[in-house]
Amino acid sequence: MRITVNVNGDDHTREVEPRHLLVRFLRDDLELTGTHWGCDTSNCGTCVVLMDGEPVKSCTVLAVMAAGHEIRTVEDLADGDRLDPVQQGFIEQHGLQCGFCTPGMMLSGRALLDRNPDPSEQEIREAISGQLCRCTGYLNIVRSIQWAARNGHEAAGSQT
Amino acid sequence: MQVPASFDYQRAESVDEALELLRRYGEEARVVAGGHSLLPMMKLRLASPEVLVDINDLHELDHIALVGDELRVGALTRHRTLLESELVGRYFPIVHDAEKVIADPPVRNRGTIGGSLCQADPSEDLSAVCGALHALAVIRGADGERIVSMADFHQGPYETAVGVGEMLTEVRLPVLPGAGSAYEKVERKAGDWAVAAAGVALTLREGRIADAGVGLAAVGAGALNLHAVQTLLNGSEPSEALYEEAGRVASESCSPVTDGRGSAEYKRHLADELTRRALRRAVARAGRPIGSTAREA
Ligand SMILES: Cc1cc2nc3c(=O)[nH]c(=O)nc-3n(C[C@H](O)[C@H](O)[C@H](O)COP(=O)(O)OP(=O)(O)OC[C@H]3O[C@@H](n4cnc5c(N)ncnc54)[C@H](O)[C@@H]3O)c2cc1C
Ligand code: FES
Ligand code: FES
Repeated sequence: MRITVNVNGDDHTREVEPRHLLVRFLRDDLELTGTHWGCDTSNCGTCVVLMDGEPVKSCTVLAVMAAGHEIRTVEDLADGDRLDPVQQGFIEQHGLQCGFCTPGMMLSGRALLDRNPDPSEQEIREAISGQLCRCTGYLNIVRSIQWAARNGHEAAGSQT
Repeated sequence: MQVPASFDYQRAESVDEALELLRRYGEEARVVAGGHSLLPMMKLRLASPEVLVDINDLHELDHIALVGDELRVGALTRHRTLLESELVGRYFPIVHDAEKVIADPPVRNRGTIGGSLCQADPSEDLSAVCGALHALAVIRGADGERIVSMADFHQGPYETAVGVGEMLTEVRLPVLPGAGSAYEKVERKAGDWAVAAAGVALTLREGRIADAGVGLAAVGAGALNLHAVQTLLNGSEPSEALYEEAGRVASESCSPVTDGRGSAEYKRHLADELTRRALRRAVARAGRPIGSTAREA
């Protein structure tokens, strides 16, 4: 099937099988390997990307189902050399260890802040509750998103 | 990496077109809504439909509206929309109780009420909720619509009244004066399926319980319609003794199995305790001015 998916603002047209998963479309076909995949069973949330602005597990969405929708991956967070406040927050607060869960965590953080610029700690924990950090660095991930909330109100990273 | 077996994909643009496709492909076809039950099953090859009919563009099935004394919820309404709906929370706090503990935000962004009910997994939270609420399911096929009760909708594990060439289009929840409802679930970790769960919906009339509905999840099929406990509750005055008795009857009328989530005995204990808790909260919420549940925490 020939599909066109808007990824990070650009339309990408490819020939894919219906069974092709969105995570593979992004990683293999578009070579956007910032989207990680882990459990493959819809449980770990490593593969989270934004679909029309909201987090989805891209290992459980068919690429053909994403056609006509807007997908945003971690590659789109920075604006040139300028990091998204969430990315900056992960640096400031040591929000990553091995980095495996980081792209998905940052995207969920971004989606949360776009909707709710001043979330409580509880709301941040709830927003990332479907995503596992194997290094179990949750405390610093929460702090990173809090940092972005405090320092990123006027930043260019947020798209809405 | 897990990949489903090959299949054909059709994206329907209207309910009529979806029905036409389902009729054309018959037994080989399956509807895909959120895909969060179906795609994992297809990856594990527990399901291998030859044709998927995608209904995600059928925005007509994504609605929540009060019509007369019913709240009409389209089959494609996402978990997230239910959780964020003020209307749903006002009349059916049980739905918000349940949605808060169904899966996690990315799954709730995709999963739908129609998919949850049609999956008919005995652990499905919304099946227990809709059972307790005495919801009605609207099923559409080539010959028009038919409306079935939840008791008739769920025919067994993974089996529903939706036939070949048909689909679920809407769920209707009766709005009753003086109603209260609550859902209690025990899970192993945030976003997990229930070890056991209980939902209760009832109305209070002159200090007595009427229209009681109880639904249990994850404690065996057939636990969705609990006549014995409902009969016990209807007409009775709320009291701790009644809650205790109801918990006992509920736990006796379920059939849990021992698995990785817990022993049958433990789950039976949970069915008892969670039924009591849900009852207590449903009674406390009943008769209160509409909307006041939001401030309870
Ligand atoms: C990690 C994870 C955790 C989860 N935790 C929970 C939990 O705690 N509690 C819980 O209740 N659920 C849980 N779920 C299930 C989740 O809620 C699913 O989204 C839901 O069960 C199915 O909805 P869906 O729209 O994704 O259905 P789909 O997967 O698209 O479909 C499921 C089935 O229903 C059929 N179907 C769908 N819509 C229709 C229709 N309108 N008419 C006829 N047939 C239809 C499909 O053909 C398929 O057979 C979890 C899922 C995951 C991946
Ligand atoms: S890889 Fe998608 S949820 Fe784990
Ligand atoms: S930083 Fe290693 S998995 Fe989260």
